[in-house]
Amino acid sequence: MKFVDEYRNAEIANKYATAIASITTRPWTIMEICGGQTHSIVKYGIDRLLPPEITLIHGPGCPVCVTSVDLIDKAIAVASRPEVILCSFGDMLRVPGSKSQDLLTVKATGGDVRIVYSPLDAVKIAQQNPEHQVVLFAVGFETTVPTTAMAVYQAKQLGISNFSLLVAHVLVPPAMKMILASPNNCVQGFLAAGHVCTVTGYEEYQAIALQYNIPIVVTGFEPVDILQGIYMCVKQLETGTVEVENQYARSVSFVGNRAAQQLVSAVFETAPRQWRGIGTIDDSGLKLRAEYSEFDALNRFRLEIKPIQEATYCISGAILQGMKKPHQCPAFGNKCTPEHPLGAPMVSSEGACAAYYRYRQLVETVGEPPVHIQ
Amino acid sequence: MSDRTSVNLVCPIPLQQYPHVLMAHGGGGKLMHQLVQMFLTAFGTADTIQHDAVTLELTGNKIAFTTDSYVVNPLFFPGGDIGSLAVNGTVNDLAMAGARPLYLSVSFILEEGLSMEILWQVVQSMQQAAEKSGVQIVTGDTKVVDRGKGDGIFINTTGVGIIEHARAIAPQSVQPGDLILLNGDLARHGIAIMAVREGLEFETTIESDSTPLAEVVLDLLAADIEIHCLRDLTRGGLASVLNEITTAAKVGIEIDESLIPVREDVQGACEILGFDPLYVANEGRFVAFIPQQDRDKLALKDTPSDNGKGVSLRASLDPTCPYRGCASQRALEIMRSHFPHNAVVIGKVIEDKNSLVTLKSKIGSKRIIDMLSGEQLPRIC
Repeated sequence: MKFVDEYRNAEIANKYATAIASITTRPWTIMEICGGQTHSIVKYGIDRLLPPEITLIHGPGCPVCVTSVDLIDKAIAVASRPEVILCSFGDMLRVPGSKSQDLLTVKATGGDVRIVYSPLDAVKIAQQNPEHQVVLFAVGFETTVPTTAMAVYQAKQLGISNFSLLVAHVLVPPAMKMILASPNNCVQGFLAAGHVCTVTGYEEYQAIALQYNIPIVVTGFEPVDILQGIYMCVKQLETGTVEVENQYARSVSFVGNRAAQQLVSAVFETAPRQWRGIGTIDDSGLKLRAEYSEFDALNRFRLEIKPIQEATYCISGAILQGMKKPHQCPAFGNKCTPEHPLGAPMVSSEGACAAYYRYRQLVETVGEPPVHIQ
Repeated sequence: MSDRTSVNLVCPIPLQQYPHVLMAHGGGGKLMHQLVQMFLTAFGTADTIQHDAVTLELTGNKIAFTTDSYVVNPLFFPGGDIGSLAVNGTVNDLAMAGARPLYLSVSFILEEGLSMEILWQVVQSMQQAAEKSGVQIVTGDTKVVDRGKGDGIFINTTGVGIIEHARAIAPQSVQPGDLILLNGDLARHGIAIMAVREGLEFETTIESDSTPLAEVVLDLLAADIEIHCLRDLTRGGLASVLNEITTAAKVGIEIDESLIPVREDVQGACEILGFDPLYVANEGRFVAFIPQQDRDKLALKDTPSDNGKGVSLRASLDPTCPYRGCASQRALEIMRSHFPHNAVVIGKVIEDKNSLVTLKSKIGSKRIIDMLSGEQLPRIC
């Protein structure tokens, strides 16, 4: 397939792997902060093509994984109301809330929970079901925000009053800053998420690179993209350069998608957001501006945001910040599996623990009996 | 995007008093008899006797017996409908047991209000599918449920076939060294259904691969090929089937991503939805486990090119392959005579006490292909 096959070419991938090995003289730790990249790295075994000096850590790049338990509980509560149709992206349905219940269970017990592929579908559903309250569980990084903004904008223009949003949107740069500011930080270089930067551009990342003295490479999602991104990042590290480079130039420009950015800032403003496994990060979330507050499900259903104590035996916070690898968690693969996730990174297929579990359970436990939990 | 027009209506619908299914059509009275007459028109033969049970003559010393229920929304989709699916699915299950499918039963659960015309189209489609596979629909049942308590039509079919050979075609018969043959491209049925259900539009219509598999299996058996196992790749797709087999046979499996055919439009749909085609359902695809060669094994040592490791996957596809004429090559030729496009060898069975399925990715690295914990859900990005 065009634009895909050439980026999954074994020969080119190996060329980059060799090039990375040839310029690497010291250990370096690089973090990717995008679920799609984590998925590709594990699916294609990209980290196993790298020299042992390079450590990749999988940052909090999966929007489903970082959605707080509190918001999931609220989605479950709203979806359980008889007058509500709750629309969500597919992989959000299996994420457990505080009482181990998920949206799939709500659906099985009579709730009207529907998978949508675009937030605009939810607006259509609202038009087709005027007697119901249609709530969109708006999850995602900057990539998905513009379509949510468009949905709200359309609903307002069309005077659709039975549509609202449960906003769980999160922003990447504040999370990067939080990780870099941590006294335990071990990240020396970042691969920034190509799709996020397609919308936002990478102007904002330059300030981060300078402030924290860290190379950042805006990177795509296919194996060759990622290897090239790593190569560019290692080259900066080895030569002591600090700048923002754009590997994913076929999609990303410096300024990004201005029209999308304008729409987003017309509809949303930044707000503190609680990240599952990490805690609250200032300005890392979005909320509807006052002129769109009528579409806020929190107001419509009188839901209050309250922090919830998460399970202490789950080390997802350490994993999402790169301090630990999934298989270093005592619960990994036994108490915590994709069927019974204890923490965020095990719930979505893009989460670091789930990705490890799915593709890696044997490799990381060499010498021990295979962890095969039915 | 209804595909109903593609159903070849050879007979007009037998006269019905009502254009829709009523609760009374399941009530045992005259209306139900009208409905039974409709089924008899499609499925009956001149010597059909109406009785509580059908009596059949079966020759041979072993029979295969299977049952399956079909619930699909929408009832009609590009490349098929619930009727042909209900016949092909059960016929294929019999074929995978190495049986010649002979007889089917059919049970309908109809929702009150269903259009008689739609029911007739489904019945006609079943009759055509049965004819294509050489099976007879010999007994059946109908129930009607209240409006809102069904999804139009649910169908259960049960099938009986005879086994005319002495081979043990089963997962437990799979052995290290078997090659894995696949009869065509993956993931079309699942994506076709998804596209209709969710209103996803692509440049071309993706059609289901729903098709009967009995004929090709009977040809493989007639050629006296040493088949170790046959499996159709329905729910859970190729990945789930291979995992079931490695667990049952206590072996490992290695497959090569670059050898597995997936049509470009299907691959594109999978990329957009975040699906892995290895886990998507098919309705006309199967894998056959065939020993790499059934000639003198010493011959392997005579081939300097493979260093005694056996025929490489690619070599077995090569027309100049020194083992041309061996079981797997003959099997592939027979599969290609039925499925000219994309019948291929995708991998082989190896010794592995951990019963793992591993895939060599397109960039050359290996990964484990595990069972899914639930159904695949579309990913956000």
